[in-house]
Amino acid sequence: MSALGKVVRSGVGRRRVQTVVIGLVVMIAVTAAVLGGSLMVASRAPFDRAFDQQHGAHLTAQFDAGKTTAAQLSASAHATGVTAAAGPFQTAVITPATSRMGPADPITVVGRADPGGPVDAITLTNGRWVTGPGEIVLQTDLRLPLVFQPKLGDVLRLPDLPGSPTLTVVGTARSVSETAGGWVVPEQAATLTAAWALGGYQMLYRFATAGTTAEVDADRDAVQASVPAGALSGARSWLTTRTNSAGNTVLLVPFLIAFGVLGVLMAVLIIGNVIAGAVSTGTHRIGILKALGFTPNQVVRAYTVQALIPAVAGAALGVVAGNLLIIPILSQTNEIYGTTDSGVSPWVNVAVVAGALALVTATALAAASRAGRLRTVDVLAVGRTPGPGRGHWAARLAARLPLPRPVTLGLAHPFARVLRTATIVAAIAFGAAAATFAVGLSASLNQVEATESHGDVVIQPGRPESGPPPGGGPQVASGPPRGPDPVAVVKAITAQSGTSGYSGVASTEVTAAGLTDSIETLAFTGDNSSYGYRMVSGTWFAQPGQIVVATPFLAATHTQVGDTIVLTDHGTPITVRIVGEVFNIENRGMQILTAAATLAAAEPDLLATTYNITLKPGTDPASYVTGLNATLSGVEATAMTAEDETDELLLIVNALTTLLTLMLVTVAALGVLNMVVLETRERVHDLGVHKALGMTPRQTIAMVIASVVVTGLIGGAIGAPIGVMLQKTILGEMGSSVGFNLPAYVINIYHPGELVLFGLGGLLIAIVGALLPAGWAARTRTATALRTE
Amino acid sequence: MTVPVIELSDVSRRYDGGPPALDGVSLTIRAGEAVAILGPSGSGKSTLLNLVAGLDRPSSGMVTVDRVRVDKLGEAGSARYRRAKIGMVFQFFNLLDDLTVADNVMLPAQLAGTARTVAQRRAGELLSTLGIDRLARAYPGRLSGGERQRVAVARALMNRPALLLADEPTGALDTASGEEVRQLLNELHAEGQTIVLVTHDLALAESCATRTVQLVDGRVAADTTSKASTSSPVEPVR
Ligand SMILES: Nc1ncnc2c1ncn2[C@@H]1O[C@H](COP(=O)(O)OP(=O)(O)O)[C@@H](O)[C@H]1O
Ligand SMILES: [Mg+2]
Repeated sequence: MSALGKVVRSGVGRRRVQTVVIGLVVMIAVTAAVLGGSLMVASRAPFDRAFDQQHGAHLTAQFDAGKTTAAQLSASAHATGVTAAAGPFQTAVITPATSRMGPADPITVVGRADPGGPVDAITLTNGRWVTGPGEIVLQTDLRLPLVFQPKLGDVLRLPDLPGSPTLTVVGTARSVSETAGGWVVPEQAATLTAAWALGGYQMLYRFATAGTTAEVDADRDAVQASVPAGALSGARSWLTTRTNSAGNTVLLVPFLIAFGVLGVLMAVLIIGNVIAGAVSTGTHRIGILKALGFTPNQVVRAYTVQALIPAVAGAALGVVAGNLLIIPILSQTNEIYGTTDSGVSPWVNVAVVAGALALVTATALAAASRAGRLRTVDVLAVGRTPGPGRGHWAARLAARLPLPRPVTLGLAHPFARVLRTATIVAAIAFGAAAATFAVGLSASLNQVEATESHGDVVIQPGRPESGPPPGGGPQVASGPPRGPDPVAVVKAITAQSGTSGYSGVASTEVTAAGLTDSIETLAFTGDNSSYGYRMVSGTWFAQPGQIVVATPFLAATHTQVGDTIVLTDHGTPITVRIVGEVFNIENRGMQILTAAATLAAAEPDLLATTYNITLKPGTDPASYVTGLNATLSGVEATAMTAEDETDELLLIVNALTTLLTLMLVTVAALGVLNMVVLETRERVHDLGVHKALGMTPRQTIAMVIASVVVTGLIGGAIGAPIGVMLQKTILGEMGSSVGFNLPAYVINIYHPGELVLFGLGGLLIAIVGALLPAGWAARTRTATALRTE
Repeated sequence: MTVPVIELSDVSRRYDGGPPALDGVSLTIRAGEAVAILGPSGSGKSTLLNLVAGLDRPSSGMVTVDRVRVDKLGEAGSARYRRAKIGMVFQFFNLLDDLTVADNVMLPAQLAGTARTVAQRRAGELLSTLGIDRLARAYPGRLSGGERQRVAVARALMNRPALLLADEPTGALDTASGEEVRQLLNELHAEGQTIVLVTHDLALAESCATRTVQLVDGRVAADTTSKASTSSPVEPVR
């Protein structure tokens, strides 16, 4: 082994705490970076990636079974430009009887024996694929609220078909290309077609070029030319599906960036601090090394390698941890995005490890460069003590405090080493900021979630039966949903004890100047329509002719609160005034909320389909629902408790926030630990003197803990406001990335008292970090310490 | 004869893997005695002093000081014992460089819970008795060796210890400073302070000790009372 190697090895062995701290810090940073990096990748262009992973259909084509044959369709797979095709699959449109969620929309059902294949390889999200007649797999979209998700075992009744067949839901699946609302076995598809006589075939194509609408149109024309005239009854381009796909996937990014920046800064600070500390406690050793003929470069290199050894080990462990931790998280994002990511992409691992080691090397070189610069003579002359004169004012000041002497002794310690203290203050500040930010973010997101609940109990039209939700796929437009008899429902609600207020909600579509598509409008009756809605600005509507909308509507129509606009409802123009901007993420913010009376002239028969009921405090929702349903027995309506649907994305954010915060706080505590170990080592002789003069172990612990109190308090005092600022900025970013302004109710979630607590969190980090070395200090053998002359 | 203050009975101290640093030492020291422990380097003098101070524990044997079984004390107990009964002076002073002279001197009292003002008064008295009150606000780093050792003695006397232990108090001093310290210890002894003194300095041993104990390889090789004990119960600096 070379001389340098020996020095390095004995250095690593001698500085066990520093070695462990560097290893742990690097491990945590690498774990966090792997997690963050993978999530960034997973959140990037999820539709495109899911589409690639499933070999999505560039064109979903519907053919009239009367005008072509299966054989002809199979041949269309050889049309110009087609690179892969699936089908023909028999299709049918079914309309199940009323469902849990009201009258069901028609579902396009495709007979398909196998979910896989060269085109549109469907991902099963739950249950299994159909194996025989009487079974159906439903398309699921986890971006929908939970109540709209189909459940395994649900039974779809098809009263319109001869023999009133039923289909049991055996699985849910996700076709990113949205080729169907449900899948059955091919034999079944034929039986479902009979009654409608609208039988058809589906073909799925992939093309060599399909990047633009023109290219897809040309591809479609080629397919059309290969089959008999008029056989192609409908076709949908993947570009259309992509446009309609969810846009909230960028939500995670600003949040990951915030944690990433915090993590990197902290890792650099702590590692720099550890190395600089090793250099400063090792000055004597460095002097001896130099006197023995080591060049400055060799000394710097020795210290850098001493840091790199645990860093490499930490990075390896971090990669393993990150790759393991990402699995459950990716399964969540897969559900949300429809992707099938199974792990960390190799380049993320490589980039993170390379980046981490480069950073450690750079930090270590910078911190160790002092060792190279130290003049041998000075080094050998300098004893164990830090230069006199530093922080004496603090010691004098602290001595006057009416506190036990060990405490006042400790309080002055940080002032003897201002630079080191400053880096630890920064690390603690980051830790406190992370904790503050995390708690705030999670509280805010829960507030967002709360804005989606508009009552404790809902009444839906229909009898209490299970049935499927509307599915995807090309759908036949349904008429306006029928609502239950409002007089009977309102009578039942008001008669039921425990009712605090209610609103009836009717839904219709109107058009507004400046919007190409029609926009859903919720028309409210009842006495408590605003429940759960939070205003960003303005007020809730108070009279007919007033509407309330969300930020994206204002942006799309270039209007603002106070403006008057004209809506057209079934041909009747209605002039309305926007009186408030509400935080409402339904329909991605494209929804108008108004009193039913606003639309009365245009749509006199508009009936509320859903009723939201708020209960008096202390009312048990379950027994309330039972009672109300008894009263509603003669009405086509069913009451149920409003389900607490927890957004999947929220789960991810909450889990990640907890994880990353714990990591950052741990890193901060490790920084403190390292600092206190250094201090103890440097002061070991003084410690011996203190003990010889009668300092008890408890007093020693008090002194060491006191030595981090100021550091912790300052760190917390700096960190908590940074955390608040981060929370506001990041939350604002997350909101605006999806086009929303967030209400103050969502953003301002810290109470002054809580902020003080978060500030004290810095102190807690410091004390936790100091506890272990304080114990070590208390156990130092006095006689040994005094021999260290 | 006055009561024994220190009683060592068959005390041994072994460090891992070496010959015993102390090997079956029995020794009784009475109040008012000034005992010089002599012996070559490595003969176990400091080890003996550390055992008496409760800074270290014997591998076997009993150490009793002022009716306290020092070898049985725990960490906290021995710290309290030192506060109450022991004042220590070291060869290299062991002053705390980041505290002023006054703060150094006050520390033992403050660790024992004495209020700052009370401790300040006592420290002031001690410093002026030892003729160094003008140095109260200075830092040890600026002082001469003799001055530093005076400060160390003041600190050792802060809690009016029954026993003053000094480990080569003149070992790091030039002749003149050594003479000052010798003088000081003499005065203290004259005032009745019990002193145990480790030294190479025969002049110091002769001028101030009433008894000399010679250690060789961890054993007592000789124990001679050199002059009549001046253990008249005169109150020392209190
Ligand atoms: N903490 C220790 N660990 C190991 N050996 C020690 C320790 N302290 C003292 N010794 C050994 O014990 C013997 C006596 O030491 P010491 O009492 O310091 O001698 P003296 O003070 O007479 O010079 C020496 O050989 C010394 O090396
Ligand atoms: Mg010695």
